[in-house]
Amino acid sequence: MTFFLVSSIAKVVVVFTAILVTVALTTLVERRICAFIQDRLGPNRVGPQGLLQPAADGLKSLLKEETLPVRADKALFLLAPAISFTPALLTFAVIPFAAPLPTRWGDVPMVVADLPVGFLYILAISSLGVYGVTLAGWSSNNKYALLGGLRASAQMISYEIAMGMSTVAVLLLAGNVTLSRVIAQQQAGGWYVLSLLLAFFIFLVSAFAETNRVPFDLPEAEGELIAGYHTEYSAMKFSMFYIAEYANMLTASALMATLFFGGWDIPFTSWDNGPPWTLAKTLATGAVFCVKTACFMFLYIWVRWTLPRFRYDQLMALGWKVLLPLALVYLTVLATAVWYLKEQLGWAYGPAFGWALFGLNAVLAGLLFWWLDRGRIVSGSVARAEGEV
Amino acid sequence: MAVGVKVMKRPGSATSYVRATLKGMALTFRHLFQPKVTMQYPEEKSTEDWTISSRWRGTHRMLTDEQGRSKCVACGLCPQICPANCIKLVPGEDEQGNRYPLIYEIDEFRCVFCGYCQEVCPEEAIHVGVHYENSEYSRDRFVYDLERLCAQTHPVSTLWDPSDPRGE
Repeated sequence: MTFFLVSSIAKVVVVFTAILVTVALTTLVERRICAFIQDRLGPNRVGPQGLLQPAADGLKSLLKEETLPVRADKALFLLAPAISFTPALLTFAVIPFAAPLPTRWGDVPMVVADLPVGFLYILAISSLGVYGVTLAGWSSNNKYALLGGLRASAQMISYEIAMGMSTVAVLLLAGNVTLSRVIAQQQAGGWYVLSLLLAFFIFLVSAFAETNRVPFDLPEAEGELIAGYHTEYSAMKFSMFYIAEYANMLTASALMATLFFGGWDIPFTSWDNGPPWTLAKTLATGAVFCVKTACFMFLYIWVRWTLPRFRYDQLMALGWKVLLPLALVYLTVLATAVWYLKEQLGWAYGPAFGWALFGLNAVLAGLLFWWLDRGRIVSGSVARAEGEV
Repeated sequence: MAVGVKVMKRPGSATSYVRATLKGMALTFRHLFQPKVTMQYPEEKSTEDWTISSRWRGTHRMLTDEQGRSKCVACGLCPQICPANCIKLVPGEDEQGNRYPLIYEIDEFRCVFCGYCQEVCPEEAIHVGVHYENSEYSRDRFVYDLERLCAQTHPVSTLWDPSDPRGE
């Protein structure tokens, strides 16, 4: 019991620190990658290569004036940043980030809380984030903030469905919602990104929408809403929204790595998969997990500085008319395939199983992209003029 | 019913955004590794692509003769032509009848940097300079007196030459 408490507290402290440091660094990395994409250098003055820029930004945030709009709902206005900040940090608790660490007193699983309901917990907590955003928008008593908050709630609720549906595919295949079991399955039979390619695609798109990142950053669309729900926020309260956004990104990246890219599994080797656990295994798998997560973070940033923002109706059309039906149809097809392979052919999940599903997915993905590539979504949502189709 | 919008019929290659998106991603990725155009200002003041023009009209400089006296003869043409009225000139005369400025002050905040003073000066004494770093702690420091104008060392502007409009 003492061992559990001590190890858990140690893990909480380490993970908390790691998330905040990563978030701080990501703000810098985002600015530098953005600059590189635009043929600039970006912030490189504070410390070597600008590494201390986040510290300078943080200090600035702490010292700036805290503004409070006169007509704002004071209690909610003060509470909103905390409400969006906390779930962003909480979600990381169930994501396993390395192979178990052996100690003198027993193995420590490298996950803050290996909840049996793992994935459901993430869905539950991450939907709480929308409260922070909506309350921030509402309590500011500002039309732009309110519009931003409304958009955020509509968008996050819409895409949560598609996101949930896409992960049902994962759970269907894994037969379990515990993330450590999901990883173990992938170690045994190949990463789910191959066998569940389309689910990954849906999840990726929904995750972008869930984290309010470009091309789905309508809640804070600068051009139309100034800064959306955090228009009225300044100093540290604004920073908390900012940190929450990046922490959400980090969690989503880690989640994609976990659900579809084998979590801390090192590809092309089974050396890391089972006991006896060693410190080297923990470190190596931890590093691999970081690399996978970093790749998705880079993808987030890369997409942000490439794509323009969706129009609001396009966003809704994509969520409800494309992703949701797609996820449902896909789930049906996949469930049938899994049933056929498991029950009729009697296969257990393994490489052959994975490749068979990959074949199916490749065909489906080909069809989907062929269909998507005919001017859907972007042009289709307004009624066409009379006599035209 | 929603407002009808005319939608052009275009070939698939023009309406495809999956391909367009991938193309855009490839483009931005290429740019990640391309040479950067940033000039790191305080350390670098000119690059291969950019140097300040020799026609730049910045804060003034008064040229001096071999004895270190200003070349100004206090003819009064520069305060006369100055459209911003920023030059204050009080002429004086020594025993040999040489005119010189008793007071010569330029308010660089009023100045519009047209360069007329340099153009009009018969003695090639007052010049606008190729210089742009002018920070001071107080506003009065921007009224340059004669001593200060003579002490400037930056290059002087070549101005625009109508017979050589492109500076060749």
